[in-house]
This record gives sequence, C-alpha cells and structure tokens, in this order.
Amino acid sequence: MDFLRTSVIPHFNYWIYVILMMIGLWAMIGKNNLIKKLIGMSIFQTAIILFYVSIGVKTGADIPIPAHHAHHDEAAAGAGAREEEDKLDPDAFANPLPHVLMLTAIVVGVATLGVALAISQSIHKDFGTLEEDEILEKIKASTHDG
Amino acid sequence: MAEQLPALILLAPLFGALLVGLAGPRDRRVCFPVVLGALAVSLCSAVGVLVRVLAGGPVDYFVGGWSEPLGIGIQLRVDTLNGLVLVVIAVVFVLVGVFSIRRAGEENTEKSPQYYTLFLLLAVGVFGMTVTGDAFNLYVLVEVSSLTGYALIAMGSSPRGTVAAFNYVVMGTIGASFYLLGVGYLYMATGALNMAQIHEIVATTGAGGSRTVLVAFILILAGLWTKMAFFPLHGWLPNAYGYCPSTSSSVLAPLVTKVYIYVMIRVMLGVFGAEWIFEHVGWTNIVVWLATVAILAGSLLALAQTEVRKMLCYLIVAEVGYMVGGAWLANRWGMAGAVYHIVADALMTLCLFLAVNIIVKRTGRLRMDAFDGLFRKMPLTMAGFAVGALAMIGIPPTAGFFSKWYLLRGGIESGHFEYVAALLLSSLVNAVLFFRLFERAFFGGNPAGGHHPDRTAAESGPTQQGWVGDSTLLGGEARASTLGPLLAAAALVVAVGLLNGPIVSAILRYFENMPVLGAP
Repeated sequence: MDFLRTSVIPHFNYWIYVILMMIGLWAMIGKNNLIKKLIGMSIFQTAIILFYVSIGVKTGADIPIPAHHAHHDEAAAGAGAREEEDKLDPDAFANPLPHVLMLTAIVVGVATLGVALAISQSIHKDFGTLEEDEILEKIKASTHDG
Repeated sequence: MAEQLPALILLAPLFGALLVGLAGPRDRRVCFPVVLGALAVSLCSAVGVLVRVLAGGPVDYFVGGWSEPLGIGIQLRVDTLNGLVLVVIAVVFVLVGVFSIRRAGEENTEKSPQYYTLFLLLAVGVFGMTVTGDAFNLYVLVEVSSLTGYALIAMGSSPRGTVAAFNYVVMGTIGASFYLLGVGYLYMATGALNMAQIHEIVATTGAGGSRTVLVAFILILAGLWTKMAFFPLHGWLPNAYGYCPSTSSSVLAPLVTKVYIYVMIRVMLGVFGAEWIFEHVGWTNIVVWLATVAILAGSLLALAQTEVRKMLCYLIVAEVGYMVGGAWLANRWGMAGAVYHIVADALMTLCLFLAVNIIVKRTGRLRMDAFDGLFRKMPLTMAGFAVGALAMIGIPPTAGFFSKWYLLRGGIESGHFEYVAALLLSSLVNAVLFFRLFERAFFGGNPAGGHHPDRTAAESGPTQQGWVGDSTLLGGEARASTLGPLLAAAALVVAVGLLNGPIVSAILRYFENMPVLGAP
C-alpha cells in the first residue's frame, strides 16, 4: 500500500507507459499473425509518445503560447519586446520541446507502419497467408524441395 | 562555400533522391548520372571536410544558423572520428552505385528509379547518422536509414527476403524505440538534446550520478546493439542480408552495422564521456565478455553455413563483436583499433559481398560449389575475392591484419585475454572458411576429371542468363561495371592497410584528452 502511495500514484503516467510498452512488446514477439505484430508495434511506439508528452507537462502550467499582444509587440518593437518576453515565467508554460519532438516521432511511426504493411502485403502475395507458423512451414517445404 | 561542406554531404543525395524520384520514372537514363553526381558531391565534400578537420580541428555547423544558446538548433559536427567514417561511407556508396548500373535494372525490373531513390535516401540517413551532433536528430536519421533499408531488402523477388524484411522491421523498430526512450530519459536528466551540451552537463554537474542517466545509457545501448546485430540480438541480420537483391546487400552489409558501431562510440565518448562510462559505470568486463561470446558465436555459426552469402552474414556478426569488444576495452589502442576496423571492415565486407554477388549471379548457385574452378574462369573476380578474404583472415598487408593488430594490442594491454583468444580463434575459423573456398576455386570442378558432368555442361552452355550479352574480352569474367568496383575495393583494402600508420595516429590524437583510455 505504501508502495502504491509513494511510487505508483505520483508517477502513474510512467506506469501506464511501461504497461502499454510491455503489451506492445508482447504482441510483437508472441503473436502469430503479422498484422497483430504490427498492431503491437504501433502500441509500443505510442507508449513512447505518451512518455515524451507526459514529461513536458507541469502542474498548473498553460499551453506554451504567449498572449497575443506580446507576440504582436515583438514584431513591432523588436529587441525591446524580446526583453519583455524573456520576463515570461517559464514555469507558467508546459515544455513544448518534447511535444514537438513527438510530431516527428509520429511521422516516423506512420512511415514505419506503412512500410511494414506494404511488406506484409507482399508476403501475403507470396505465401497466401499472414500466419507466421504457416509461412515458416512453407519456407521449410520449399527449401527441402530445392 | 567551404563552411557549408558538412551540410552539402547530406543535401546532395537528398536532392538527388528527389530528382530521381520525380524524373526517373519518365526517363530511366536520368537515374544513373544523378546518383553518381550526387554521391560524387558527397564524396568530395567529405574529403574536403576531413582535410579541414585534420588541418584545423573539429568543424561545427549549425543548420539554419540556429546556434547553441537557444538549445534548439541542430548541430552537425565533424571531427577526426567521423570525418574518416564519412569518407569511407561515401567511397562505398560510389562503388556500389557503379556496381548497380545494370544490376539495378535487372534485379528490380520495373523499379530501378525507385531503387535509386531509396539508395540515395539511405545515403542521406547513413551520412546524417555520422555527421549529426544532436541526439534526437540521430534518432530521426536512424529511422531514415532503417526505413530505406527495409524497403531495399524487401524489393527483391525472393519470398524469404520479404519475410526477413518483416522481421527486420519489427526488430529494427524495437531497437530504434529503445534508443528514443533513452534519449527521453537523458532529456529528463539534462534538459538538452545537443550531444556536446549533454556531455558537458553529465561531466560537470551532478547529473552524471543520477539513476536516470544510467537508465538512459542502458536503453540507448540496448537499442544500438539491436540495430548493429550484436549477438544475441543478431537474429534479423543473416536472412535479411542473405536473401535481398545483390545491389541492396552490397551497400547494406558493409555500411549499416559499421555506422551503428560508430554511433555507439560517439555516444560513449561524445555524449556520456569516457570517464563516466569506464570509471563511473565500469561494465568493461561484462561487455568485453559479451563481445567475446559474440565473436565465437558468429564464427561458429558461419562455419555451419552452406550458403556463401549467409556465411558472410555470420562473419559480420563476429566482426561486430570485434568492434564492440575493442571499443569497451577502456584502452586507447582498443578504441583506435575499433575505429580503424570500422574503416577496414566496411571496405573488406564490400569487397567480399561484391565478389560473392558477382559469383552467385554468374554461376546461378548460392552454395559453396559455386566456387568450383573459378580461379581459371574468373581470375580477376577471384583476385578481388581473395584480397577481401585475406583481409578477413588478417594477413598483411591488408587492412584486416592491422586492425586486428591494434585490437589485439588493446586486449593485451588491458589484460582481457579472453578477447584476445576469441580474436585469434575467429581468425583461424576465417582461415578455414576461406581456404575451403580457395581450394574449390583452384581444384574443384575440373572438367577433365568429369566429377560433375551435369554441372560442367550447364556452365559451358549459354543457358545461364548471366553469360549472355556480356563483354567477352576476358572470357568468363564479369562485366566491367561490376568488376571495376570490386577491384577498386580490393585496392582500397590494401591501401588502407598500408596507410594504417597515419590513420591510426590521427585517431589516437583524438583520444589524447581522455586520460581514462591510458597515457599515450
């Protein structure tokens, strides 16, 4: 119970990402169907995105966009407004950098999934199945013939 | 212009890929000149940067002029270490580009423009991984090179290659994701993504003692080891490189694992720092033992193979063990040997894969019997193969001998005799493997002996597609566009071997300010 209060609840976001990651890993390794493996891969990557997004969050912080007028002033007054912007309290805003990084990671994840689906389509054309054990059996049979 | 060179290395193949992708499908003749032109620009830029680095120290380049204080700029950084690796990568790409002039069209019948687009994008990814100075940017470039690598492997007509590509996607994604996770923890602990900044924070503040940094290091290392096929995480490699089109395997096999070794060394020295790794963490013994197991396992598995190309794939697994072990000896000779071996191994693996791909194509066989009587029929191809093989065994004056020499010296100086023994044993296994092939090539398949009447009939007849329509100047020899790169690679293996002195002393100078690696 103490463990729950000191380690699990304050860090629940990390626990969730680890659980999601393990689900994904298990699906990638343990599932027989290639598409299920890919679903596992997506869960795995999404878990990491969740991890990154959660490290950018601060309690009581706002979205990291300064109020409109400050932005406008900067365009108009140049260096003077920049100084004013420096006075913004960084604790009042969530850290945008991890979120921005995850935009890239999402794109990478989509591209990986696309390539993997194209490859599994090509496997289906060659073997007529997407079940791993059946594919391995067919490979075995073909090498024995040759 | 000169200060833009680090970016030019990346941009030339990137824009080349765009051009080939757009114009290639309309007119195939565009592809080859664009590919070679883009890679030539990269090669010249890489050489130019290396010359500048050797003369005046590391070159820093901030993309778009967003420099360090803001902490959001992407830095490219070239020093002796990656300057060397960049030049070797560029050389390998140019040679494989020439090798694939006609091969690419034959193997990917309708898809040669797509092949060339992927080929250039792979160059972008691999160059980028080498040149970048930003930990997250490295992840993106890892994925650029991996995604193109998956596609290049899956392009072939072999169904087994496609299945291998699928496994590679899954394993590769796990590896890259672990790396990404590690970078996340590193960012949590240091608040920086720039490698030099992270290094400074880990080295000077208390962050180095935190468990978060240790977790980050473990995750990054696990990810990179998966990506470089460090035994027992090598499962994806042999089938992926063994069953993919010959043009793809010729470029992937020499480069990809080696670039990850470089990345590991960069992460060890440039991000966490040698002191932190070898004194604070101090897992030298464990990792050197792992490397020892990897060397032995790779060599023994290679011995068990019947197909030549798969045998070479397991040798790559063993070579990865050499380099990981060398880098973890915590000794400057071992580290220099590992870096020099990246250069040497890229060239000798290129040499062997080009030769074997030529031979497999000409004879139509994947097994050892493809080599029967080849010294007579294809003397130049076999000469190239022999140079690569002798380098793999470690016979002077090839580069393989000198890299083993430095690795052994590192092993002996740091007292890791298990690593030394594994290295020597693996050389013996390589000797057995390659002399078995040499024997076949010299004495096997003698037509007069009539041991294999059916085979000799098939070889002499014009039924084999590869024999028809080739230049007949050299009788059974391969065409010039495939033979030229092979002989150039063989010459480079010897040249890098002869130039080992200046290369290694340049590498050693890089370690001068790392006292933990031992006094010079």
